[in-house]
Amino acid sequence: MAMDAAEIERLIKDGIPGARVTIEDLRGDGDHYAAHVIAAAFKGKTRVQQHQMVYQALRGRMGDALHALALQTAVPDDA
Amino acid sequence: MSETQVTDRIKQDLSESPVVLYMKGSPVFPQCGFSAAVVEILTRLGVKFKSHDVLQDPSLRQGIKEFSNWPTIPQLYVKGEFVGGCDIIREMFASGELQQYLTEKGVATTAAA
Repeated sequence: MAMDAAEIERLIKDGIPGARVTIEDLRGDGDHYAAHVIAAAFKGKTRVQQHQMVYQALRGRMGDALHALALQTAVPDDA
Repeated sequence: MSETQVTDRIKQDLSESPVVLYMKGSPVFPQCGFSAAVVEILTRLGVKFKSHDVLQDPSLRQGIKEFSNWPTIPQLYVKGEFVGGCDIIREMFASGELQQYLTEKGVATTAAA
């Protein structure tokens, strides 16, 4: 089972309003992605909490429909 | 095992060893590239750790995800605290943060930070 990059991006943006999301399809197989998420909502959160927010936004698809999503999160410089 | 039994077992595991890795396969034969990557980092740092193979136990595989509210394996714990999965451990290792964190937690490493 695979997931479309645009759908991943949409779910993350819906779940974390104002997030800047960059998705890269690592192997071109629709199953191994890297996501870079920058959001002011991450401010003051630990890295584990930031990633949990992204997983939450993906509503259970991570580890299921989405096998591999390498995740990197950051807070924008101006937040 | 029931859900409570799994949770109790995880707590027991975490109280017995300072560094615990839940992974797919064993350190010698990892069954997943992400698990292998974390094993390699711990090995390079010379950290002694206890590993549990979630592929041997479906209730543990599910239970550990619920325990940490984290959807993927591997999961690294230090002194009972969830540190992260593969991405976070890689990022922390690359920045030198992991070595610093382990030292702060009183875990011996052989590699220079």
